[in-house]
Amino acid sequence: MAPRKSTKKPNVSADELKAYYRDMLLIRRFEEKAGQLYGMGLIGGFCHLYIGQEAVVVGLEAAAEEGDKRITSYRDHGHMLACGMDPNGVMAELTGREGGYSKGKGGSMHMFSKEKHFYGGHGIVAAQVPLGAGLAFSDKYKGNDRVTFTYFGDGAANQGQVYESYNMAELWMLPVVFVIENNQYAMGTSTKRSTMSPSYWERGAAYGIPGEEVDGMDVLAVKEAGQKAVAHCRAGKGPYILEIKTYRYRGHSMSDPAKYRTREEVQKMRDERDPIEQVRSLLLTGKHASEDDLKAIDKEIKDIVNESAEFAKTSPEPALDELWTDIYATEFPQEA
Amino acid sequence: MATEILMPALSPTMEEGTLAKWLVKEGDTVSSGDIMAEIETDKATMEFEAVDEGTIGKILVAEGSEGVKVNTAIAILLDEGESADDIATPAAAPEAAPAADAGNEAASSGGSEAPALAAPQTDTSPDWPEGTTLKQQTVREALRDGMAEEMRRDDSVFLMGEEVAEYQGAYKISQGMLDEFGAKRVIDTPITEHGFAGIATGAAFGGLRPIVEFMTFNFAMQAIDQIINSAAKTLYMSGGQMGAPMVFRGPNGAAARVGAQHSQDYAAWYMQIPGLKVAMPYSASDYKGLMKTAIRDPNPVIFLENEILYGRSFDVPELDDYAVPFGKARIWREGTDVTIVSFGIGMTYALEAADKLAEDGISAEVIDLRTLRPMDTGSILKSVMKTNRCVTVEEGWPQGSVGNYITSVIMQEAFDYLDAPVINCTGKDVPMPYAANLEKLALVTTEEVIAAVKKVTYS
Repeated sequence: MAPRKSTKKPNVSADELKAYYRDMLLIRRFEEKAGQLYGMGLIGGFCHLYIGQEAVVVGLEAAAEEGDKRITSYRDHGHMLACGMDPNGVMAELTGREGGYSKGKGGSMHMFSKEKHFYGGHGIVAAQVPLGAGLAFSDKYKGNDRVTFTYFGDGAANQGQVYESYNMAELWMLPVVFVIENNQYAMGTSTKRSTMSPSYWERGAAYGIPGEEVDGMDVLAVKEAGQKAVAHCRAGKGPYILEIKTYRYRGHSMSDPAKYRTREEVQKMRDERDPIEQVRSLLLTGKHASEDDLKAIDKEIKDIVNESAEFAKTSPEPALDELWTDIYATEFPQEA
Repeated sequence: MATEILMPALSPTMEEGTLAKWLVKEGDTVSSGDIMAEIETDKATMEFEAVDEGTIGKILVAEGSEGVKVNTAIAILLDEGESADDIATPAAAPEAAPAADAGNEAASSGGSEAPALAAPQTDTSPDWPEGTTLKQQTVREALRDGMAEEMRRDDSVFLMGEEVAEYQGAYKISQGMLDEFGAKRVIDTPITEHGFAGIATGAAFGGLRPIVEFMTFNFAMQAIDQIINSAAKTLYMSGGQMGAPMVFRGPNGAAARVGAQHSQDYAAWYMQIPGLKVAMPYSASDYKGLMKTAIRDPNPVIFLENEILYGRSFDVPELDDYAVPFGKARIWREGTDVTIVSFGIGMTYALEAADKLAEDGISAEVIDLRTLRPMDTGSILKSVMKTNRCVTVEEGWPQGSVGNYITSVIMQEAFDYLDAPVINCTGKDVPMPYAANLEKLALVTTEEVIAAVKKVTYS
C-alpha cells in the first residue's frame, strides 16, 4: 500500500492552509533558535530538534479536539508548540529557568502541560507508549470519548513494550492513536539496518490493530489520516496505527555529526519534499496568499521566537529551594 | 499392604489445609489419576488425585475438616485382597480441628495457626483507641478488606494484574473482588509486567488511582523502568503539574523453596528512590491500615507483602475506617538493654529472639518500621539513646541493606550513645538456593539475631 497522499485538490480553506504554514514555520524557527542558543551554551545536555518533521504534529493537531491528549518521546518541542503551549515557557525550560514549564527541573526532554493535555516529554525510548495507552485507558474508564495521540519513532518501534501495549490496547479497545514518526534513523542506525520488516504499521495486524502509512512531508495527508484514525478511536473501535514517513534534517541530537547519511540525501529531501515549502507553494499557486501575506507571517513568527529567546535568557534560574520541592505531592496533582 | 494417603502440600507455603470434600467413599476402588478429594490450600481449592491403585479402606479425616496438617494420614488405601477389617486403628490420630466452628472462618483458622505464629500479645503502642473490639484476621483477609473499603469509597480506584479477577488472585488476595466491583475495576492482564505497569502509570497520569498487583515483586523487575522513571520521577520533572497516585503491590522476598529467581527482597532497592513511598508491613492490622493509606496517598507507593505472612492471623480492630499513617513505627515490645529494628517478615525473627532473650534476662525493645520511606528514624534514635545498642533484622542481602542505612543514621545522630557497634542481621550474600537445608541457612535466623544481641550486650 502506497503512503497516503493528500487528495489532489484538497478541500481546505485558505485560512486553514495559512494556519498550517504558520504553525509549521513556528516550529522550524523555534528549533533553529534553540540550536543557536545551544551553540551559545545557554541550553545544556541533550537537545533533539524537530526540523523537517513539522507536518506530522501540525497535521495531527488539526485532527484533534479539545480534551484529546498527547504524549511523546524526548524529541518533543514541536509537539508542545503544535498543541498550543507557550513558546516562552518551552524555551525557558530549555535554558533551565524558573519560567520554564517544569520550573527548569525537566529540561528539553521532560516537559508537561496539564492545561494543554500534554503528558510529556519522556526520555526512555518507548516508555511513553504504554503510558499513552494508559491515558487512553483513563478516558475509557471515565466513559468520555477523548483520544490519546501516542507518538514514538522508528527506533522505539523495536522495543518490546510497544507490542505489550498494542496487545492490551486492542484487547481493551483503548482510544489511542499510535503515531510512528518514521524519520528513517534511530540515532545513527537506519531502519534498513535494524529490521527486516518492510513496514512498522503492518506489525499491528498481529494484534488486530488497523493502520496505514502516511506521507509525513504532506501536512494535508497527515491531517486526513489523523481524522480517519481519530474517528476510528472515538467510535469505540479501539486503537489505530499511523506510520508517518518523515525526515529529520538535523542530527539525532546536537552532538551528532550525522556521518551515517550523505549530505546529498538531506539536501535532496529539503529541496524536493520540504513540508513548509509545499504549503507555501500551494498558498501562492492557488492565490490563497500573496508574498506579502507570507512575509507578514514570517515576521510574526520571528517576533514570537525572538521574544521566547529573550524570555528564556532573562527568566531567572530556579530558586535553590526548588531542589527540594515537587518530590512528593501533598494532594492529588490531577483531578479524576 | 495397606498404605496411608497423606495430606498433600499443594503450594510452596502450604502447611495445612481444609479437606473440603471427599469424592470417593470407603469401599471405592481408585486408580492412578482418579480425583479423590478437593483440598483447600492457602491459595486455592485443588483437586487431589490418587497416585496408586487400590480400594479406599478407611477415611480417616472427615470432609469439612479444617487445619489438616500436611502429611497427616487422611485415608487408608488397601491392596487387592485386603479388607477394611484388617486395618488397625492408626497410631497417629488426625490433628484436624473439627469443622464445628466453620462458620467463623477467621477465628478458627486463627485458632489453629496460633501456636505457630508467636504473634505476641504485647502491644505497647496500639493504633486504635482503648476498648476497640478486635477480631482475629489473616493478613490475606485484612489486605483485601483494606483494598475493598477504599474501592467502595472512591470509584477511581481499580485493581489490575495477572489473575486478580476470575482466578480470584494468584494468592487469593483479591478473592470476591471481581464479584463486588465487576470487570471494569478488577482487571485481569496478560502476562506483560512492563506493559501493564506503564498503562497503569499512564492511567494515574490521567486521573485514576490504580492498584497494580505483581504476582511477585520478582516479576516487577520487568517493569522497574516504568515504576522508577515514569511513576516516581514525573511529579518532579513536571514541576509539580502531574504525578502518579497509585500502588504497586505484591509478595516480596523469599516464600518457600522457590529458588533464586522468585525469592528476592526488594526493600532496599525501592527504599532508595525519591518520589516513591515504601511500605513493608508485618501484622494484619498494618496490612489493612497501611494499604488504605497507600491508596489515598497522592504518590506512587511500593507495598511489599510477604507470602508466608498471608496466612497468619493477628488482631485487627473493628473500626469503620482504620488507616495507619506512613512514617510511624510501632513498638511491639518495650525493653531496656537493646533495640531490635525490623520490618515485614523480619519481625517474626525479631520477636522470637526477644522472647528467648527475655528468658536469659536480656530486655529487648522491638521496633517495627512498617514503612521504609518515609522511615521513622526518630523512633529508632529515641530507643537507641535509651538502650545504647542496636541490632537490625531483614531477609534481604547485606550489601546496601536497609540495616546499613539505619546504622549510618545512628552513627551520625546518636554516636555518643552507642555502647557497641550496630549489627545488621541479614540474609546471606548468595542467590537463594533451592535445597531445604541451604535455603534455611541462606535466610536470617532467630539464632543469629540472639547471637547478635548477645554480642552487642557483651553477654
